[in-house]
Amino acid sequence: MTEKKDRYEVIMAGSGGQGLIVSGIMLGEAAMLEGKNVVQTQSYGIASRGGFSAAEVIMDRDEIIFQQVEKPDVVLVLTEEAMEKYQDLAGSGIPVFYDTTLLKPRTGENFYGYPFTELAEKLGHVGTANMIALGVMSAVTGLVELESLARVINKRFSGKTAEMNLKALHTGAGLIAG
Amino acid sequence: MQREARLIQGNQAIAEGAIYAGARFYAGYPITPSSEIAEECSRIMPGVGGMYIQMEDEIASIAAVVGASLAGAKAFTATSGPGFSLMQENLGLAVMGEVPCVVINVQRSGPSTGLATKPAQSDVMQVRWGRHGDQSIIALSPSSVKECFTLTVQAFNLAERFRVPVILAADEIVAHMRESFTAPAPGELEVVDRKKPACPPGQYKPFEAGEDGVAPLAAYGSRYVFHVSSSMHGPDGYSNNSPANAAWRVAQLHRKIETHRDEIVMTRSYYTGDGCDVLLVAFGAVTRAARAAALEARKRGVKAGVLQLITLWPFPDLEVAVLGENARTVVVPEMNYAGQVAGEVRKALGPGKDIRRVNKFNGQIITPKDILEAVM
Repeated sequence: MTEKKDRYEVIMAGSGGQGLIVSGIMLGEAAMLEGKNVVQTQSYGIASRGGFSAAEVIMDRDEIIFQQVEKPDVVLVLTEEAMEKYQDLAGSGIPVFYDTTLLKPRTGENFYGYPFTELAEKLGHVGTANMIALGVMSAVTGLVELESLARVINKRFSGKTAEMNLKALHTGAGLIAG
Repeated sequence: MQREARLIQGNQAIAEGAIYAGARFYAGYPITPSSEIAEECSRIMPGVGGMYIQMEDEIASIAAVVGASLAGAKAFTATSGPGFSLMQENLGLAVMGEVPCVVINVQRSGPSTGLATKPAQSDVMQVRWGRHGDQSIIALSPSSVKECFTLTVQAFNLAERFRVPVILAADEIVAHMRESFTAPAPGELEVVDRKKPACPPGQYKPFEAGEDGVAPLAAYGSRYVFHVSSSMHGPDGYSNNSPANAAWRVAQLHRKIETHRDEIVMTRSYYTGDGCDVLLVAFGAVTRAARAAALEARKRGVKAGVLQLITLWPFPDLEVAVLGENARTVVVPEMNYAGQVAGEVRKALGPGKDIRRVNKFNGQIITPKDILEAVM
């Protein structure tokens, strides 16, 4: 795992209904467990499903002054539209994670494509795709500890739902460790 | 209310701040980007012995709030642009009837329904002048989730203290933003309750102001039976059309705010300790972009500072004048076209001052870069 930084700026973009905002909140809560300040913002249109939607998360040991992401450290995209908006960042060294079940494959450095949705379906629920993604992103970039995400999952969910999300998290992390 | 650090939205902090301040009545009509306040109140009000009512529209919402307040409850509502417009008439009644209440206006991009999910700061003048007739108003504006909580408490305190409606002029950015936040412990923030009459019910005059310009307020349904009218009234609350009474009443409605300016006007300054050549005057969420811009300007050798206007109305003209006087340039970033606050800054500093405006009115957020361009 790469060295942990004091500050991370994360963009998670796709379309409304993909659970990006909830994922942003869970990532932020995990960072709070590690003693960081967190700001999470979102941008969306008037539709509750569909349409471009993005969640931003900033996690910092210091006070977070401006609330929006200016220099992203990590990007996750779940639609072609979002990919087109952010793909150039890969060229400047920023890891861009994407779902190969939903998007055309990208070649080149800093593109990290995994079949999040397909893996989630195999686990039993397509809704766990984002947790697989968080597992991968954390393992590659050191955003947060897996243990912190696991604690957030156990706080938010119980029973089978918690179990499935924990499995998804470790599935994601396992893609990198292996 | 949970006391551990949580990642919560400004809107949730507003609802929790209201409960902390003693609000036990919410009537509203949900509208983006304020809806989470209604949602949160519907969830938590019953648990604290309060009441949540979803009304048929915003006109009814503010009417219910005025009624609940006169019945003794700390009452509030939340809305956004279109709904705030509908509330103006009964807000005027709250001014005239001296009814303490709080209205949260989470500003979004207009005019009319505009860009419903996008932020703006374009209601500054509507907050001040939206109602007809001679009247004054108090308005506060938060820049963080924490301030959403603390300024809501402050809004109720000022409403109760001065028997006035108070507007919390938030914006979509702070309302929807989530930040790590720990709620203050009970007793940590001051909570003010309205002055109640000490005289026997037969002698009570609901509009006989004491030395501080504020009359005690009894509750409808108590042994104190009294009349509140939207028309010009005397100390007993009944119609009085004499010029002398009208002049006294209009002046009193203004004076009780003007003479307590030091209790009402709040500002915060950043990076101004060593004086500043460039002063950024900002409010609401844009304060954050202004702070980031000032820090960057300082890195580039320009002595920049920020004055955050926490109170929007009455306008902090003295505070602007004191800091702005020695600055070479004053920059006012705001999310509206006309420079609603910049105009007030101009009034405070006079025609000779180099005042630069940074305005964005397309639903996008003002960035530190936008502001830096005007500073450098």
